[in-house]
Amino acid sequence: MFDDLRELYQEVILDHGKNPRNFGAMDDANRAARGDNPMCGDRITVYLSVDQDGVIREASFSGQGCAISTASASMMTEIVKGKTVDDAKELFQSFHNMCTKDHCDMSAHEESDPDAVERLTVLSGVRQFPVRVKCATLAWHTLNAATTSADEAEPETVTTE
Amino acid sequence: MNDAATLAEAAVGHNRPEPYDVEKVRQDFPILQREVYGQPLVYLDSAASAQKPRQVIEAVESAYQEDYSNVHRGVHFLSQRATDRFEASREAAARFINAASSDEIIFTRGGTESINLVAASYGRKFLREGDEIVISHLEHHSNIVPWQMLRDEKGLKLKVVPVDDDGNFLLDAYAELLGPKTRFVAITHMSNALGKVVPAKEVIRLAHERDIPVLLDGCQAVSHQAIDVQDLDVDFYVFSGHKLYGPTGVGVLYGKMDLLDKMPPYQGGGEMISSVTFEESTFKPVPHRFEAGTPAIVQVIGLGAALQYVEDLGIENIAAHEAGLLEYAHKRLSEIDGLRILGSTENKASIVSFTMDGAHAHDIGTIVDRAGVAVRAGHHCAQPLMDRFDIAASARASFGLYNTFGEVDALAESLNAVTEIFG
Repeated sequence: MFDDLRELYQEVILDHGKNPRNFGAMDDANRAARGDNPMCGDRITVYLSVDQDGVIREASFSGQGCAISTASASMMTEIVKGKTVDDAKELFQSFHNMCTKDHCDMSAHEESDPDAVERLTVLSGVRQFPVRVKCATLAWHTLNAATTSADEAEPETVTTE
Repeated sequence: MNDAATLAEAAVGHNRPEPYDVEKVRQDFPILQREVYGQPLVYLDSAASAQKPRQVIEAVESAYQEDYSNVHRGVHFLSQRATDRFEASREAAARFINAASSDEIIFTRGGTESINLVAASYGRKFLREGDEIVISHLEHHSNIVPWQMLRDEKGLKLKVVPVDDDGNFLLDAYAELLGPKTRFVAITHMSNALGKVVPAKEVIRLAHERDIPVLLDGCQAVSHQAIDVQDLDVDFYVFSGHKLYGPTGVGVLYGKMDLLDKMPPYQGGGEMISSVTFEESTFKPVPHRFEAGTPAIVQVIGLGAALQYVEDLGIENIAAHEAGLLEYAHKRLSEIDGLRILGSTENKASIVSFTMDGAHAHDIGTIVDRAGVAVRAGHHCAQPLMDRFDIAASARASFGLYNTFGEVDALAESLNAVTEIFG
């Protein structure tokens, strides 16, 4: 077995991939968006319940994807709960940088959100697998689209392409 | 044994076709000598694009280094050389699929453009509102989307031939779909996602009983079986160069002359005209009418070398070798717990599409890649077919003329790592 594969498929990822948390459509969501990764056929929908203060009260997702995209979506729904939309977006930006750029980590968030940083760092193994970065970020792109969707009834669709 | 008998036996032995020597064939493919991640490359993605033998690489190189110029234009020496080599490829393509005339061979940018050409030219001219086009559930997106675009433009209907749970084309259902409004049939000759081969001759015969023209998408089939367009009696046959061990950027559209002759140009430009004034232009005869602009000269020359290469090896020999690989791959992969192969070996060329319990195709692809094994993971540009089997994606190992039984073993062993991680 190769070390970078072990690094990519850590226990926590396999666990979230097999038993995703917050999985399923949300009836009372007031934000939703669909995300497609046309390259591999991953399709997910992210549902959010955002209150008047812009705080994400509930988050869930549905759809089909690989272990990486499912685990990422699962962990994301746990992480963003209780955060403001703005904070969630900022976290995504740091996470995206960590997955795609050298010498980028999430230390800026270490103090305010050590738990999120720890979980997202687990996913940073994708850096060694450039074609898989989109799997790790699909859920976050979709969340991003959901928070900016103007029409609450009509989910937006984003793609990773 | 006397001398005469020995000589006779030697002569018989000499005439016997040599067994297919895959190790010798592999020597023709420089890329197969390389390693990936420190492992020998096991290339099982020829259905997406095949590797190139040095005969093709050298033809491309010599075209640039010795014979390069634009074609059909200049009076100078190189223009003649380039034109001769370009047109020799047209002859080679005609011979390869047994077209009645090389004028029935049109060079395009690829299989996709070949289908778009027929949809845009034949379809726009001859199909009317309410007409029906029959395609199948096995189609690649490139044999779906051009017809959808035409449907939306002209108010046509698309009818889809179903497949059974084993991925077999359902001939009876097809026959039932052919109705008084059916004006065109566009069917793949071989599924790129499953490897299933369609009973093309019957498909064509049934359509012709109703005077309906048939296009076959042969992008996958051409590299696995002998194609005889006259014997098939097919109206349009489409394939690309790069899946046939030739360069990218070139494809072929074969069409029966009486059909091509009635069809308007697909694109306008240089190369396809007889004369141009600001009032009107007149067009060259087929095939040049459909080849606007400077063509992919060098790629076409490279395709000619690829056709020659396959012809020299013998498509029957290749098919026999690949049939052995397919059977062995089915045997080895069936031994893996939780692995499901889509489609039995019946009516199938050398593609093995599969899923594994608990592991998404994309994860399978990544894991075997680290062992040097290149497979395709995804929907294979055949999303409706994936939906038919209720899966988002599959992993696909496709075997070409250079693959070995040892490589099947390497695939099976690399899949053990998937089980190890996800099992």
